[in-house]
Amino acid sequence: MIKQRIGKIINEAVKNFFRKPATISLAKDKIQIVKNYRGKLVYDPANCTGCGMCVRNCPAAAITIVNEGTKEERKMKATLNVGHCIFCCQCVDSCPKKCLSYSQNIDLASFNKEELKMQL
Amino acid sequence: MEKVDENKERAENKENEENKESKQNRETSERNRIVIPIGPQHPSLKEPSSFIITLEGEKVVDAVIGVGYVHRGIEKACESRTYIQNLYLIERVCGICSHTHSTAFCQGIEELAGITIPRRAAYIRVIVAELERLHSHLLWLGVAAHEIGFDTLFMYSWRDREKVLDVLAEICGNRVNYGINTIGGVRRDIDSEMMQDTLKMADYLEGQLKYYLDLVMTDKVLSARLVGIGKLSREDALKFGVVGPVARAAGIMDDIRIIEPYAAYDEIPVNPVTDTHADVFGRTVVRIKEMLESLEIIRYSVKNIPDGDIAVKAPRRIPAGEVISRTEAPRGENIHYIRSNGTDMPDRVRIRAPSQANWQGMRHMLQGQYLADIPITIAAIDPCYSCTDRAIVVNSESGTEIMDWQGLRQYSIEWYKKRGIDVSLVKMPERKFYA
Repeated sequence: MIKQRIGKIINEAVKNFFRKPATISLAKDKIQIVKNYRGKLVYDPANCTGCGMCVRNCPAAAITIVNEGTKEERKMKATLNVGHCIFCCQCVDSCPKKCLSYSQNIDLASFNKEELKMQL
Repeated sequence: MEKVDENKERAENKENEENKESKQNRETSERNRIVIPIGPQHPSLKEPSSFIITLEGEKVVDAVIGVGYVHRGIEKACESRTYIQNLYLIERVCGICSHTHSTAFCQGIEELAGITIPRRAAYIRVIVAELERLHSHLLWLGVAAHEIGFDTLFMYSWRDREKVLDVLAEICGNRVNYGINTIGGVRRDIDSEMMQDTLKMADYLEGQLKYYLDLVMTDKVLSARLVGIGKLSREDALKFGVVGPVARAAGIMDDIRIIEPYAAYDEIPVNPVTDTHADVFGRTVVRIKEMLESLEIIRYSVKNIPDGDIAVKAPRRIPAGEVISRTEAPRGENIHYIRSNGTDMPDRVRIRAPSQANWQGMRHMLQGQYLADIPITIAAIDPCYSCTDRAIVVNSESGTEIMDWQGLRQYSIEWYKKRGIDVSLVKMPERKFYA
């Protein structure tokens, strides 16, 4: 019984000795993100009609889209407050013209609160 | 005559002496009692809650449990948001069992709107729910091991939990608060690469889980710390109405996946897991066996997932009516009540998280325990404090009254002024949203 247990312990110890560490060094390595990870939004104003579905459905009231031009010549500007954004990407699903998409950019921390309000 | 009187007198004297003795005993024992507060902030608690423990020596005589420090008003907030916005709010009721809450909410709304979700969507909901159960139970195993000072198991199980979280991130797009559910189905499809990764993770985890089960069953130190702790017999479990692994450890099969199948559980075979230990050891065994069962469910649903759409279009305005929806969260039965008034916002949402039911038996479990066993007894029900805090009771002298935002602010300023603190000079930021 004791021999068996010691055998088990040695087996586990040897296995762990040759294992890669489960953690990464944040200073040296880069965080590995999976393919579908939802990061910062990407906005393509070309097709945007300014219907406001994304603004209406946003659960955190993080995104605003305004038309700075005229009705005929649209000049759409989207602002995202990444301090409010919960990265659910409901706006991407809601957009009827597929103007919004998400990127793999997750390094969005900032020392300044104002910098969190980003022009997309 | 005289003899009888004598006997009587003797008996009375004896009784008096006995009464005196027992009274003295009681008095000395009551004098020896100590009341110690654990919490609201304490290293053994993961969230704030207070336990006023009465001790006699090292043994617990009585416990008063105070929860309600993390009330967030989510139910009220639901009433001022649309159904789509609520999906993401409901997910944040609990950080660990977020998928089960959003499934219950979606199911309720789909019932009201008369939508049947595609089978593929139902299968994806099941896969995510079972992955969530895996990561929740692995987290619990780590926390429980940490509470009894077995930190190696804590490190092991949390390392394995990362593998589950990686698969969840791949399928859903995030590690926690997955955002996979939508009204009428799911938001993301699952492809063959994801399925392969899920099966690979399942194979790895099966070996680890069997190792943990063997460890729990054979290790003498673990059984010495867990067997007979936090006893809640079958009768008591029924009396207090506990749910989930706490009830299943007492031999009560209350799995909603079996007794009232939802999503795709009517097609997937689910084997009930119960135990007869009715203590912390039983709860540990039930949770580990449940994880092995979850792996089987994941394998079955990945292999048998039907092709087709993943969502159907849902209306923005939900027809008036009320509905109760039940799901099996990792901690037990989760109930959502939704009342709709025909607009795009719900009239009332009520959430009964499983921890709410499990708190009822806690006082009984703690009585007769040693002080050192309190952390593991509390941790054994896998309490989720902020999920529990759903309602707030205000003891007002002037009865009920309705206040608007300004009135509420004025009331709080006066409340603090009475206690010598002037907060009226503090400038409040303007409320932009949902005022």
